[in-house]
Amino acid sequence: MSQDSILIPDGPERSLIEAARPPFFRRRSAIPGFGLTLGITITVLSIVVLIPMSAVAIKAAGLGWGGLFAAGFSPRALAAYRLSFGAALIAAGINGIFGLITAWALVRYRFPGRALVNALVDLPFALPTAVAGISLAALYGPHGWIGGLLAPLGIKVAYTPLGVIVALTFIGLPFVVRTLEPVVRDLADDVEEAAASLGASRLATLAKVVLPSLAPAWLTGFALEQFNYEEAAAIALVMLVAAFAMLFVINAVQAWSRRYS
Amino acid sequence: MSLTHARHPTEDPPWARWTILALVLGFLALMLILPLAAVFAGALRKGLEASLAAISDPDAISAVKLTLLVAVIAVPFNAAFGICAAWAIAKHYFPGKSFLITLIDIPFSVSPVVSGLIYVLVFGAQGWFGDWLIDHNITIIFAVPGIVLATIFVTFPFIARELIPLMQEQGVAEEEAAVSMGASGLVTFFLVTAPNIRWGLFYGVLLCNARAMGEFGAVSVVSGHIRGLTNTMPLHIELLYNEYDFVGAFSVAALLCLLALVTLALKTGLELTQSVRGRHV
Repeated sequence: MSQDSILIPDGPERSLIEAARPPFFRRRSAIPGFGLTLGITITVLSIVVLIPMSAVAIKAAGLGWGGLFAAGFSPRALAAYRLSFGAALIAAGINGIFGLITAWALVRYRFPGRALVNALVDLPFALPTAVAGISLAALYGPHGWIGGLLAPLGIKVAYTPLGVIVALTFIGLPFVVRTLEPVVRDLADDVEEAAASLGASRLATLAKVVLPSLAPAWLTGFALEQFNYEEAAAIALVMLVAAFAMLFVINAVQAWSRRYS
Repeated sequence: MSLTHARHPTEDPPWARWTILALVLGFLALMLILPLAAVFAGALRKGLEASLAAISDPDAISAVKLTLLVAVIAVPFNAAFGICAAWAIAKHYFPGKSFLITLIDIPFSVSPVVSGLIYVLVFGAQGWFGDWLIDHNITIIFAVPGIVLATIFVTFPFIARELIPLMQEQGVAEEEAAVSMGASGLVTFFLVTAPNIRWGLFYGVLLCNARAMGEFGAVSVVSGHIRGLTNTMPLHIELLYNEYDFVGAFSVAALLCLLALVTLALKTGLELTQSVRGRHV
């Protein structure tokens, strides 16, 4: 009789002891339906997203590197990228400033109509782009409420790059505000209090204590905004690569901000 | 310092508060309220009669019907997918979960025009299945099925991304208790899980529906813009606008505006009363 069989007897007792072992390798959930739901998920995902997406890659690969380069970097495509990214950058800058103070006001101040403002911030998210498009075109057109005021000054907005910037600012606003809001809310009061009690002025506290801790979220909002170039999608593949690069940057910034906090 | 001037050290001085508030309200009025007002002003420019006549035009009515049809197919489809995906991901252990979530997120990171294009590449006349579809007399691109597919694609992650974190947070204890007492999977879902996720599901459906009814870019690529047949409301708005029928365009736009406002009101109500996660992007 070996040592082992003395410690762990054979027969029914053995299976009882094994069942009591912590399940290191088989952390199976007791809840049924795993195979079915995962199967449906992967099948639908493949049909709706993965197979059609691979069509773009294969179609583009069919052009060969030379053809791809010629199509992706033709003068027309380059002009479209310049407008897309340039306008998105400016719009992100505008939203970066106004989105930050909007988030600040929504979190820190109590004022009449705050709930209404809070709900309205999501309007660009809920309003269909076609509606926003014709509405902005009418507003900033030569006879519009705002365009009419700017026309005598020689400023044209509708149907110019300026109009693209206005539209992108409109669309990006909720992304920036909603990214910054939870961070402003979680800002620790005690750090600000400490700065104030050490004699820092309110402005110095904001500039040296508050703004640096908002920076990661602000960058995320900035990048998310860039994402939303719905205006000029020129060549699918280049835009896709750019989109994935953005996604990567956003994930990296978020990982960094998690470590930072 | 007298008591009336006492201010908490983390409070902004009054002049700063008023400046910031004025800037915020001014910016939001300029960027959000003016465009909204412009839609209704444009619709009512020639009076309510003209506006109502524009909405009851047969082409406008068929656009409304098509938009509703697309939403009625796409939203329940994505809801069913979202529930399946959340059940598999949140209630079970398996490797590669976060990779799967990233794959589900793809439609969010793709420009809508590209989303339409990928379906043209697969189902269009020159696409992968083009010849086969023509031989069997099936049209997908420039027809209603293409519009439904493109809409499903752009709204694909909404409900799944709402439910997955919610169900992960709720854990598996309640479901395990139900199963260990002999409940079947379906009974567990409908009696234990469903009551816990109903508001989150409703929130996801709300956002998904708003996007499904309002999608322009992707649908525009696959629709073909055939009046009365493949024109959804957003496409009909563009068509009328390009024909200089401004009252017509803004009247249909006002309908979509009302949809957006109802969506916002319900969404805000849910966020204030229920513990749903306010996810954007």
